Amino acid sequence: MKKLFKKFDKIVPMLVLIFSIFLILNTLIETRIFTRYYASILVIVAVYIIMATSLNIATGFLGQLILGHAGFMAIGAYSAALTAIALRDYIVNDLLLFIVSALVAMIVAAIFGFIVGTPALRLRGDYLGIMTLGFGEIVKVILTNLEITNGAQGLTGIPTIMSFPIAYFTMIIVVSIIALFMTSRHGRAMLSIREDEIASESVGINIFKYKITGFIIASMFGGVGGAVYAFQIGYLTPGSFNFTRSIDIFVIVVLGGIGSLSGSVIAAIVLTILPETLRDFASYRLLIYSILLILVMLFRPQGLMGTRELHLSKINDKYESIKTKLRNKFKKPKEEGDA
Amino acid sequence: MSILVAENLTIQFGGLKAVDNFEINVNENELVGLIGPNGAGKTTIFNLFTGVYKPTIGTITLNGKQINKCKPNEIVMLGSARTFQNIRLFKEMTVLDNIKIAYHNQMNYSFLDAVLKNSKFHEQEKEANETALELLKVFHMEDDQHKISKNLPYGKQRKLEIARALATKPKILLLDEPAAGMNAQETEELMETIKFIKDYFKVSILLIEHDMKLVMGICERIIVLDYGKIIAAGLPENIKKDKAVIKAYLGD
Repeated sequence: MKKLFKKFDKIVPMLVLIFSIFLILNTLIETRIFTRYYASILVIVAVYIIMATSLNIATGFLGQLILGHAGFMAIGAYSAALTAIALRDYIVNDLLLFIVSALVAMIVAAIFGFIVGTPALRLRGDYLGIMTLGFGEIVKVILTNLEITNGAQGLTGIPTIMSFPIAYFTMIIVVSIIALFMTSRHGRAMLSIREDEIASESVGINIFKYKITGFIIASMFGGVGGAVYAFQIGYLTPGSFNFTRSIDIFVIVVLGGIGSLSGSVIAAIVLTILPETLRDFASYRLLIYSILLILVMLFRPQGLMGTRELHLSKINDKYESIKTKLRNKFKKPKEEGDA
Repeated sequence: MSILVAENLTIQFGGLKAVDNFEINVNENELVGLIGPNGAGKTTIFNLFTGVYKPTIGTITLNGKQINKCKPNEIVMLGSARTFQNIRLFKEMTVLDNIKIAYHNQMNYSFLDAVLKNSKFHEQEKEANETALELLKVFHMEDDQHKISKNLPYGKQRKLEIARALATKPKILLLDEPAAGMNAQETEELMETIKFIKDYFKVSILLIEHDMKLVMGICERIIVLDYGKIIAAGLPENIKKDKAVIKAYLGD
């Protein structure tokens, strides 16, 4: 019993944090203090968190340069949207409809991840970057020319079943799966590939297997991000998944710190909300945004978090150490006084 | 019992025979040295043994199993581990994690176990943690366990690389110039370490080295290579006097 309690000891603070953030934001939305506009931004933040953390598996933990992540987002968005359109008459429950469509999106994106990944991961560095960039563009062109996606006119009639709670918990699930995965032997194997491929092969790690697994997981969750996006926007055009979108996601990963999940989360929040708050400055918006990016890269080239993670326990430790320091500071004169 | 046997081993890069008709037979718990002038093909032989290159002709048998066509990671699982001439650690990771990565194949929990963090995960991770710590203790490095490995002094980085290789539970350890870049005192320590490893872990060791003091001091048998061919093999004292060896190193 005590052991069980100890096990939960670590998870409980995290759960409390997750639910309290949710409750605060959700009440703000429910009571209409946050307008629909703010609520929609929060959903987009969740989309970008999903996209950035999933890209971080391939780019941050596996060390592979991937510039076509919007391609997987597009695949996920379109397959989820088409599934939902086909099934909307049979499944009335919004949540269930989302889960089914998101699962389809996941599977389709993962299959594409495998197809693209198998030849792509034989390449390295810039070459892989160019190839994945090409993949992103190919996806866009194919979507423009398919009849089922309604081509360049865009896909309409997607049920806008997305709500803040669904987006929030999808994001939490995705991020926790990635975080749990990365703290296992499989995660370590991926990190070792980033550090030194030859050395990791020489301690018995099947580098090809782990590269392809990383690539598939990244594309799979990229597809989920696309699904959330599709149900929020309700209207998809191939143009919204262009190269700029891939770069946006990539920038979040780099800015947050390549190889840091919490960094990705923080950067996704900042970089989605910042352009929105800067709307008051009209055309100076992009200028300010770019200058901020340049400044961060100048002063913290490793990204906001580097490769480190934000742990609740660490924050707690810090808090405790400050507390004891302060206590000692105040205690000492008193003790001397006693003596 | 022989652990590593190579017969008639040849590899050709275009017109160049980098290794020509090489033969070796390393027995259980034996320490064999492989020496030769620069460019003689020593590291190429290591790369053949570890699956980086595939031999043009000839066979390599590890622990009774032919490994000619095996991938490097498969060969590790069959019981061979190596270190590199220029140290290859996982630089940004902690010392303990460096070792734990080598335990990868000794754990078998799946992706799902990892995500669920179930008892199988916890048991195996705990065991890996403990064995890794024990291994570090053997090398007197337990105090460095949380240090980032690139911040270790050179000698300790070497030790860590050897420890990491040993963590894969090898039958044979291939050391590629372990004394490179070390001063006399560090080399002395390294000799002790290698002897200790051989006795403590009961492994066979195949060693490439340029430092003659080290080679002559600890190797039980020496093979001398020049231009990809074996020019001499035998006990250290005989190698010292061998005319072909002296000629290869010093010229006529």
